[in-house]
Amino acid sequence: MKKNILFVQGNEACAEAALYAGLDFFAGYPITPSTEIAELLSYQLPKRGGKFIQMEDELSSMCAIIGASLTGTKVMTATSGPGFSLKQEAIGFAVMTETPCVIVNVQRAGPSTGLPTSGSQGDVMQARWGTHGEHAIITLTASNNQDVFAMTVEAFNLSETFRTPVILLFDEVVAHTRERLIIPEQGEINVVERLKTSVKEGTDYHPYLPREDGRLPMSDFGGVHRFNVTGLMHDMWGFPSTNPKIVYGLMHHLVDKIQGHTREITRIKEFFVDDAEYLFISYGSSARTALHVVKNRRARGEKLGLLELQTLWPFPVDFVAERCASVDCVIVVEMNMGQIFHEVRKVSDAPDKVFLANQIDGSFITPTDILNILRIIQGKGS
Amino acid sequence: MAVRDYIRERFFPHIWCPGCGHGTVMGCMIRAIENLGIKKNDIVLVSGIGCSSRICGYLDFHTLHTLHGRALAFATGVKLSRPELTLIVPMGDGDAVAIGGNHFIHAARRNIDVTAIIMNNSVYGMTGGQYSPLTGYGNFSTTSPYGNIDQSFDTVKLALGAGASFVARTTTYHVTSMINILEKAIAHKGFSVVEILTQCPVYFGRKNEFAGAVDMLKYYRTHTTPIGSKMKKKYPDLIERGIFVQEERPEYCTEYDKIIKKANEER
Repeated sequence: MKKNILFVQGNEACAEAALYAGLDFFAGYPITPSTEIAELLSYQLPKRGGKFIQMEDELSSMCAIIGASLTGTKVMTATSGPGFSLKQEAIGFAVMTETPCVIVNVQRAGPSTGLPTSGSQGDVMQARWGTHGEHAIITLTASNNQDVFAMTVEAFNLSETFRTPVILLFDEVVAHTRERLIIPEQGEINVVERLKTSVKEGTDYHPYLPREDGRLPMSDFGGVHRFNVTGLMHDMWGFPSTNPKIVYGLMHHLVDKIQGHTREITRIKEFFVDDAEYLFISYGSSARTALHVVKNRRARGEKLGLLELQTLWPFPVDFVAERCASVDCVIVVEMNMGQIFHEVRKVSDAPDKVFLANQIDGSFITPTDILNILRIIQGKGS
Repeated sequence: MAVRDYIRERFFPHIWCPGCGHGTVMGCMIRAIENLGIKKNDIVLVSGIGCSSRICGYLDFHTLHTLHGRALAFATGVKLSRPELTLIVPMGDGDAVAIGGNHFIHAARRNIDVTAIIMNNSVYGMTGGQYSPLTGYGNFSTTSPYGNIDQSFDTVKLALGAGASFVARTTTYHVTSMINILEKAIAHKGFSVVEILTQCPVYFGRKNEFAGAVDMLKYYRTHTTPIGSKMKKKYPDLIERGIFVQEERPEYCTEYDKIIKKANEER
């Protein structure tokens, strides 16, 4: 069978996957190192009748995709650190109004303008807690082009399934690495379409009344049901409410619909985990380095394994706790000062056996960076 | 249809203060829409945050109550995605030209077919009466206790400079003219801006020696004049009202349709 093979960078894999998932509308603002996503989509979207708009800023890009999503279309925006900060208010609006949308953040080194062209994984916590107020969020990541493709489609699927914004937390290294990408045939990867209401015209439609399975069928703006969408706490019709019972119910719904489905949302890759004595936990481009070390040491007979997280939020607490319990030592490999490291320590049976191997100087984390830590842990020098 | 067919009656009485002009604007909007005969299902009302933005909850259209200043950005997404819908965006003065100023000028520049109604009461009402970019030099507010030293925007000139293809100004005193202007603004294909001077007797009025709403309405009568009138020549400080510009210019969604066509021809 002739396969559709491309030699592209991660950003292009992301754009291709978004189109595969049925992207109809993209709004963005130029920012390094995510710009290629916008460039590619400005060319591709109109070819299929989709819409691309370069907005006046990051805030309005986020707002525009939410508006477009409410008309029944699949939407996405892409940005990097500074832009991600600016989008936070509207991400919270999407959380509150349960509007499906996908936000790509190609991480660069920060804070502030930082190192615009260097890789980093410093936005893990911003993805989780960037917008104000109590809430839950889904965040996915990937370490290579094929996974960028798969996770991007997954992001759209989860976004539609749970009526929530989904953050794709890539990093500069993955986004700009050129490698092979096999575009799957249509139908090869499942694509979840929007769940539309079956309530007929003239019958009372409740946009915020969950079904028994927790899902909320939608009605498009411009359709037969007229309802209100607001960032205020609201009742099942979408109208503002300060009633403590309604507020309590909505808060629980917003958090539980995601936290309560952690297992369903969890995507993890395991390499040599079964008999591992030393377990690396990593994600994104760092996982590539970790995997290199694991394979190298395995060849020497050392029992190293790798847990590659593709779902960062909701954090796969049970899964990680279980794996940590069966090994002697856990080393979290990431390009920040321990954002996932602290999460792992929280859930590990023995926090003292969890170590951090990181890189924060803007250069990509190397096997040497990891081996230096490993040597200390193994008592083979400092 | 009757006016009550356009409202969500169960949310009345509304939250606006006694004497507030926003209800007048809402009433005129309904009448303009009724006169145009647009179906309720074809109208999307998008608002930001503030007293004016509460209009969204009261009217029986597709309604989107968004973030402070960002209504036009949300409206751009809705409109570009579904160009056949009629987009109306009621905004306050702070909402439109302070926190939302960037979105305002860019929506105007694109000439996207959205009607922006700027309900200018010269004050941040929802937060209790702070000065806005349209409060005016020397006026008082809760954050300008010694008098305001900020100069005001001229919203009409701002909209014209930014490229809006329909720009008008009216007041809550001139309701017949307001209905007429709103009709034209909504029917206009392109970005329409209607600045409506609307009284806030509770916050702006009290701080600035207006006895009440009637006093402020009288002020609108005596301190405004039709565009290009003899009175304006005689008294240049009078505020002009009427339609400043109404031009057919390339509209954004129509232009985008051409892009789709072009992209498919190239294939």
